[in-house]
This record gives sequence, structure tokens and C-alpha cells, in this order.
Amino acid sequence: MLEIRDLHASVEGKEILKGISLTINRGEVHAIMGPNGSGKSTLAKVLAGHPQYEVTKGEVLYEGRNLLEMPPDERARAGIFLAFQYPIEVPGVSNSQFLRLAYNEKRKHLNEEELDPLEFKDLLKERAKIVEMDESFMSRSVNEGFSGGEKKRNEILQMAVLEPKLAVLDETDSGLDIDALRIVAGGVNKLRNADNAIVLVTHYQRLLNYIVPDYVHVLAGGRIVREGGKELALELEEKGYDWIKNMGTERSALGAR
Amino acid sequence: MSTQIVKEENSYSLAHQELQNESGGVALWVKRLRDEAFESFTLNGFPTPEQEEWKYTNVAQIARAKFETVVGRDVASEITPEQIAPFVYEEAKSSRLVFINGVFNERLSSLEGLPRGVVAINLAEALAEGEQAALVREHLSRGAGFDGQPFTAFNTAFLSGGAFLFFPKGQTVETPVHLLFLSSSSDERLLSFPRVLIVAGRESSATVIESYASMGDGEYLTDAVIEVVLEEGARVRHYKVQNESEQSYHIARTVAELGRNSSYNSTAITLGAKLSRHDITVNFKREGAECWIDGLYIVEDGQHADTHSVIDHQLPHCTSRQLYKGILDGKSRAVFNGKVFVRHGAQGTDAIQTNRNLMLSDDARVDTKPQLEIFADDVKCAHGATVGQLDEEELFYLTSRGLHPDLARNLLTYGFAEEVIDKIKVDSIKAQLDEAVLNRLNARLEAL
Repeated sequence: MLEIRDLHASVEGKEILKGISLTINRGEVHAIMGPNGSGKSTLAKVLAGHPQYEVTKGEVLYEGRNLLEMPPDERARAGIFLAFQYPIEVPGVSNSQFLRLAYNEKRKHLNEEELDPLEFKDLLKERAKIVEMDESFMSRSVNEGFSGGEKKRNEILQMAVLEPKLAVLDETDSGLDIDALRIVAGGVNKLRNADNAIVLVTHYQRLLNYIVPDYVHVLAGGRIVREGGKELALELEEKGYDWIKNMGTERSALGAR
Repeated sequence: MSTQIVKEENSYSLAHQELQNESGGVALWVKRLRDEAFESFTLNGFPTPEQEEWKYTNVAQIARAKFETVVGRDVASEITPEQIAPFVYEEAKSSRLVFINGVFNERLSSLEGLPRGVVAINLAEALAEGEQAALVREHLSRGAGFDGQPFTAFNTAFLSGGAFLFFPKGQTVETPVHLLFLSSSSDERLLSFPRVLIVAGRESSATVIESYASMGDGEYLTDAVIEVVLEEGARVRHYKVQNESEQSYHIARTVAELGRNSSYNSTAITLGAKLSRHDITVNFKREGAECWIDGLYIVEDGQHADTHSVIDHQLPHCTSRQLYKGILDGKSRAVFNGKVFVRHGAQGTDAIQTNRNLMLSDDARVDTKPQLEIFADDVKCAHGATVGQLDEEELFYLTSRGLHPDLARNLLTYGFAEEVIDKIKVDSIKAQLDEAVLNRLNARLEAL
């Protein structure tokens, strides 16, 4: 589904990603871990097409297409979804207005009939249950005045509505208390299936107790320094990131594939 | 040029004389006030860009034009209730005063929806030696004096009609009172002088809608003066919706005087007129009062909209919040000049002022100048102004959900305006503004 080859990317002239290669197939859950500043979030934003990040080398193929040539809206309509680490507040635009527009854009792309407000309301009500979100959030402005946890749940609600093929969750667990984490993780697990792929970008192992990954990749200094199965996350939790930092750029032989 | 102005003012002086000579029950003090105001207007004339307050708004076109006053004329007899229906707000359909070219029209007005005790009458009636005369005399032309205010002087020189609203002590008036100022001007260049005095008695609560619209496409001038007096603990919501014809000139001044623990909430919407200027002043006259002064101007090619505001914290423990937003398209121009004064001794003042402008075109221009002058030390004040395009992070967020960039831009522009519109408590004003914004976005957003 997604193939990243020797990806280099910079922001404001500073190189952050220094050669990432990664293959993701449908039905898989990948965790990307690493200390602060290792490039995890940069990778997530590059995949979504954030205009501030410049790809200087390498390529990304998504379902055989050159992803890097596609503008962000086209990527989204083709099934890529980024759950933001810091979801943006959009004052004056209600959550339901926004979601319906986004949903219908996707339907149009698939040559399917658009939903009118009433039909969409039913769908939204159904999907909101996945993240245990109250209906009152639907008429409120997108993310405005939401708590940290509510914003993250709202991201997963968007994912539930848009049903992406490839979802990249950028530190969706950060700032969540245990109840919110349980709800968010539960929502993701409900959305996980054999046809989609999920990439979890996270600093902590905690989330992976709830959403169990098939593969774990550890980033440091813009490179993948270690790869393995879900047990790697536990090892990392135990030994801390200093263990990885001391490892330098040496790549582990534990590579899953 | 100066001879030309003198000549024009002579033509206004004939009309002024005609008004002064009209028989009727106008009190002597009113006649005197008009004379003084006319003298001030004659002496100073219309403002010029050399004056700091008028630096960015040139009213030479107004000074040059020969406007006709409606003194002694009937300009409303052919207008039917059906014609004014599109301008009436549902919530105020039985609580509206209608003015045609600034002159009160009883036939088109409807006041049966107002509770007992509320006074909503033609100012002319109040100016006569009626039972309201003492109250009117106490407040009229006090908040909005005409010294150094040429357009207020012009308005006061022709003081005759308008609205007088009084909300009695302790009364909560749920029904909004609508003051509808309509112009019928098409071929003639008519001059309209709306004048409003609102007195909100102690612990009263009321909503007033002041709207301006046109039935023709004339090149007329509206010169409005609105005075609002809030007694102790009074709460007033005040909406001004300016949607004048695209050839018109609209000059308005609002002055609110706030009593102890009173609360004044003003929203000024600017959509119409070729050239418009709104001066809004809030004077905190007693401690513990608060105000929200919001505004939204949406201007297109060829329009010029100017807002000058003064929020004057003269006494301790008052709170002010000001949010003015502008959307500029085509070759349009906007001016925002907002002064917040915190006078010596006004401790515990809490003031925030924000002006945000969204530029949809490279040809649009805005001059924004928020000013904060603080002479007290224990205060919380903040102010800021932004001029910019849409936020890139917001655009990315929307496009990352599959919205085409054009649709994302329109949605953000709509949202930008909604921040002000959404606070409005009268649904039909909200609906009217939503429609106006969406029409201007001429986009797929109608589907919302």
C-alpha cells in the first residue's frame, strides 16, 4: 500500500529526515517510536503533504502512485488520513458542517451520491458512538474550546467518518488521561480492519498496550535505528531512549522483514 | 473651492431656516440647540483629510454634492407595508419604528408587541413639551455633543424627528425594538438625519436593532447620531446593520454612557454604502460597568468603510471587550482606528481590543490603528491587530481532510465572519448575515 524509499525531508532548510525506508501493507499496524526531535512527526506531516516540509530526496509510492506529486486534498480523497498531534481550531465552522463537506468530497471522488444534512446526521450519530462523543460537539466550532482529549477524540471521529485506507495517528495519545486513552484506542481498534493500515506515531509505549502493533520502528536522528515486533516497544520502555541514542545509526538485524 | 462650500452651506441654511420657522410645538431649547449646531457646522464645514480623525476617509464627495433635505416634504406616502416587509425582522415585527429618509412614519410602524411601560416614540413628539420632555432634555446632545464633530453638528442643526426609546426601571424587555431607517432615494440626492436617544432605566434589560437599507439605488447621505444612556445595572444589546445602497454615503455616530454595573453589548455590521464611517464611543461614567463592542465589515470593490472607536475607562473596575473583523475583497478599503483610554485612577480596568482583517484581494487596503493609552497602574489591558490572508495551518488542516483548496478558503472566510455573527442573539439578523456572507462567497457553500 505504501512504500517509502530513502526519504529525506527538511523544514526551513534544516534536514530532519535523513533516509527513511518503510513498507506498509494493508491490514498492518505500524508503530513509529523515537525520542523528541527524532523526526517522527515530520514523517507524518510529509505523508499528509504539509506545505512547510520539503522532500529533498527519495520517493513515496501509495498504491503504486507517486504520493509526493499529489496535493494534500487529493491524498485525503485517495484515502490518506493524518490525525494531527495538535488539531487545529477552526472558529465559526461547525464540526458537522465540516465533516459533511469532507465526507461528501470523498463521496464525489468515488462517484457516489452526496448525503444531505439529515442523512449525514444519522451517519454522524452512528460514528460518534465509536469515540463516545456527545452530539453537542457536532454543532460546536471545529475543535474550538475543546479540551486536549476532546480534540484527539474528534480526530478519531473524523477518521471514523472518512474511513481512510491509511491512517497516520501523530501522537494521538499525548496529553490523554487513562479514560480518554482507552476511548481513543478503543475507537481505533474498532476502525482497524484487514483492508486498512494504521501508523501510530508515539513517544510512549503506553498506547501500544491498547493498540497492539504488528511492527515497531524506532527513529533517532532522522533515521530508523531499530525495527522489530511489538516486544521492541516493551524493551524500549524498559531501557529508555538513551539505549537507542547510544546505538547511533547502526541498524538492527531484528528488522521484521 | 471655499466659495463653493459657502454657497452649498447657504443652501443648507435655507433649509435650516425653513425648519426653524416651521410652526409646531418644538421647545425653545431645541430651536436654540439647532441654531448653535448650525453655527458650528457653518464655521467648521465638512472635515478634510488634514484633520487627524479624517486622515484616511475623504468626504470631499459629500462636501461637493448638493443633497436635499426633506424638511416640509412628504416622501413616504406612496410606500406600502409590502415594500418594507423584506427589511423587517421577524422577532420585531410588532415592535418596529419605521423611518423613511429619516422621518418617522407611523403608518408603517407597529408597536403593539411592546410591553406596557416601554416608551418607543417619534423623537419629535418627545421634543414637544410632552411628558418625556424633561428626560429627553436631560440627555439629548449630552453624550454626543457637536464640538469638533462636523457631522453631529450637521445632524443636530436639523434635529426634528427620530426615535426616543425608554425602558423603565426593573423591566426586562424580551422583544427587540427595531428602528428601521429606509431610504427611498433614487433620482434625488436626499439627506437623512436619523437621530436616536435610548435611555435604559435602572436594572432594565433591552435589545435594540438599528438597521439601514434602501429601496432605491440613489446617491443619498445618511448622517445618523445615536445616543444610548444606561442607568445603574441596565443591560442593553444594540445591533446596527448597515446595508445602504451601493451609491450612498453613510456617516453614523454612536455614543453610549454607562452607569454603575451596567452592561452594553454592541454589534455593528457594515455591508453597504459606497463610503461609510461609524464612530462609536463608550464612556464608563460609573464603576463596575462592562461592554462588548463587536463589529464586522465586509467590503467589495469600490467600497470604503471606516470605523473609529473610543472606549474610555474613566473610573475603576470596568471591563471592555472589543472584537472588530473585516473581510476585504476587490479594490476596497477599510479603516479601523480604535482608542482605549484608561484614565488616571481607573484601577482594575480590564480591556482587550482586537482588530482582524482578512484580505481576499491584493488590491484591497486596510489601515488599522489600535491605540491603548494607560494612565493607571493596576490594570489588565491587551490589544492587537492583524492583517492577513487565511491561516496556512488551518488551510492545510481542511485540505488534509479532502476539501479542495478553494472550498477550504471559502469555508475559512465564512468561519472568520461567523465569529462575530455567531454571538448575535436575534436569529433573523444572524440568518440575514449568513446569507450576505455566503452570497459574497458565491461558492458551493450554499450547500451548507
